[in-house]
Amino acid sequence: MSNDKPRSPIESGCPDGFQYMHPVMRKNYGQWKFHEHPQPGVLRHVANSGDEIWTVRVGTQRILDVFSLRELCDIGDEFADGYIHFTIRSNVEYLVTDPAKVEPLIKAITDKGYIVGGTKNSVAMISHTQGWLHCDIPGTDASGAVKSMMDELIDEFRNCNMPNRVHITTSCCQINCGGQGDIAINIQHTKPPKINHDLVANICERPTVVARCPVAAIRPAMVNGKPSLEVDEKKCICCGACFPPCPPMQINDAEHSKLAIWVGGNHSNARSKPTFQKLVAAGIPNNPPRWPEATAVVKNILQAYKEDAQDWERINDWIERIGWPRFFEKTNLPFTKYHIDNWRGSRNSLNASTHIRF
Amino acid sequence: MAKKIYETPMLDELESGPWPSFISGIKKLRDDHPDERIQEVTSSLLGQLEHSYETRKGYWKGGTVSVFGYGGGIIPRFSEVGSAFPESKEFHTIRVQPPAGNYYTTSMLRQLGDSWEKYGSGLQTFHGQTGNIMFIGTDTDGVQHFFDEVNEYGFDLGGAGPCVRTAMSCVGAARCEMSCTNEHGIHRLLVNNFTDDVHRPALPYKFKFKVSGCPNDCQNAIERADMAIIGTWRDDMKVNQDEVKNYINAKGENGRQYYLDNVVSRCPTNSLTLNDDNTLTVDNHNCVRCMHCLNVMPKALHPGDDHGVTVLVGGKRTLKIGGLMGTVILPFKKMDTEEDFESLVELAEEMIDFWAENGLEHERTGEMIERIGLVNYLEGIGVEVDPNMVGHPRESSYVRMDGWDEEAEKWFERKAEAASA
Repeated sequence: MSNDKPRSPIESGCPDGFQYMHPVMRKNYGQWKFHEHPQPGVLRHVANSGDEIWTVRVGTQRILDVFSLRELCDIGDEFADGYIHFTIRSNVEYLVTDPAKVEPLIKAITDKGYIVGGTKNSVAMISHTQGWLHCDIPGTDASGAVKSMMDELIDEFRNCNMPNRVHITTSCCQINCGGQGDIAINIQHTKPPKINHDLVANICERPTVVARCPVAAIRPAMVNGKPSLEVDEKKCICCGACFPPCPPMQINDAEHSKLAIWVGGNHSNARSKPTFQKLVAAGIPNNPPRWPEATAVVKNILQAYKEDAQDWERINDWIERIGWPRFFEKTNLPFTKYHIDNWRGSRNSLNASTHIRF
Repeated sequence: MAKKIYETPMLDELESGPWPSFISGIKKLRDDHPDERIQEVTSSLLGQLEHSYETRKGYWKGGTVSVFGYGGGIIPRFSEVGSAFPESKEFHTIRVQPPAGNYYTTSMLRQLGDSWEKYGSGLQTFHGQTGNIMFIGTDTDGVQHFFDEVNEYGFDLGGAGPCVRTAMSCVGAARCEMSCTNEHGIHRLLVNNFTDDVHRPALPYKFKFKVSGCPNDCQNAIERADMAIIGTWRDDMKVNQDEVKNYINAKGENGRQYYLDNVVSRCPTNSLTLNDDNTLTVDNHNCVRCMHCLNVMPKALHPGDDHGVTVLVGGKRTLKIGGLMGTVILPFKKMDTEEDFESLVELAEEMIDFWAENGLEHERTGEMIERIGLVNYLEGIGVEVDPNMVGHPRESSYVRMDGWDEEAEKWFERKAEAASA
């Protein structure tokens, strides 16, 4: 460490994006007229001024090494005016004003092994969390699971064959940082935490941990003469909320931490109000390095949706129309007692009518 | 000293297949990077990651690392198996706020990459789920040096911990005809008003701003933001009847049926009529701006000109009481003048102040509202009730209503005030 006087930070906050925006976007800010979708992965936006901008969307590995970052910049410099935009699903977008530049740009991108697609009614890039590479509480490795899944779904990313767009997310714990998705693949623990009582007193702020439990299943206790915590295992819902504030309450379990799959999360207000995802499958093995069982369930759901949904129906719209019994029929997924919600407000999720499809 | 190479048979399997592989990227750093430090760090990282794959467990734990003058912005990571993988035993992530809207020039990306290569692992993500650029992997010393360098050329840390977090906004007015507001302006104005609360975590828990330019909400604001700002309009949507006909004709002889099935009948409030001459009539008074018809016919249908925003509060995911959507607290607010922007910031200040005073530890705004009720929250932040805030009025009769007459009077007074304004 140097002994220089520490430097005071400049609290500049969020930088202004305008300085990094393609000049045609700057010029036509708020003045766009319409867009078209000439081919998968490509968008054409036309402004009131008559200016146009062509977007080429690119899937990457998301966790970029500097070599890949520079390679993406090289493509941007040579073929795309030196500007890059990132979507919220971590795709790279190149922007060009000359339509003649689109095909050479696509060729340069695919030659380097990146994937053009992810627009309109495709399976978009899976939005995911970090996993074992970096997180302190992960039950799985979203990065690896996503790589494995995108290998299998790549044609659905490169083409637009779905009834509407499909947003898939993954999350490495039940906090669900990956967020809502048409399909969400999340860790679901099935056993209470294993407590290392020797460490609790020194590492954990016990009242905080007690307060963190959503079902009040944790209470202070003396174990082997040391202050610790105990879990009422009958009440415990195995959510893992105690693990972040108290790492000695290990929730991750090589065998019993499973994957669960949820469907029908939709953030858009289009047609219906935004919806949360619903449980459809659980007990799926957390099986690195390629998680084939989880991918198989996802592909099965996608297949049923693709075959049966009408144009413009997102997965939630589709199920709203056909009903949940038929969803389970079409996907051959078992319907169990665990699908019936018992959390607060859960009676609102029950069928209080004679609306039944035969 | 030759770097230690760990066997990674499981990770190697993630190098096959057509999708780009992050493992191949990390290996490139290990094998080809000119800096021996980066080779060693990434080699060690691969070793620990393989160990995680074998045992199906994570081995990072948190700690306390920040930069001089700040209390947050860094995700500290210390390895629990550091003796086996010593070169990556400290592997902190630095959260840096991206430019609003995630726009970059290649030269700026290169500059960031060059800085990171000097002090970190050479691995970065654009962007994490909160919206930060994630510079993944450096030691405590590297954190300060890297921050000092990027801070000099205009980048600042994002939030981590119980604080105002990095904000996010959709692509917006820069490249979308649906945009009804200045997303990036609102994004920067809000989050940069709270830089102190971003950098010095002292709130009950996290607080997120997210801005979407229209009700398609590409930014997931309603689901994920404590304060969601969604662009909308309140005059009539614009209909280009020639383009409506073009869409119908382009589908051939089934065109009319296609748009009846996919536009008219999908309207959630039955506000669309396709007339016999293939013109479209919109009942704008009952349109809820869901965006579906605009999405299907972007050349023919456009938002009106009287733009503004809807503000929702309290969206969040699972911990602790379950997922919550945001709730409308301002049905419509103009965002044209400087005063309009200032009053939005004032509202955000009221929201954060009230929550900072009344939220329990680790309680998000939405959970606090669930606990105390929306009415108490509205009184706390000085916002009047509005029927747009509810899906439907109260169903339970178990409520004490002896203030009814005064409350009804308030409503009529507000109505009279609005009518005379």
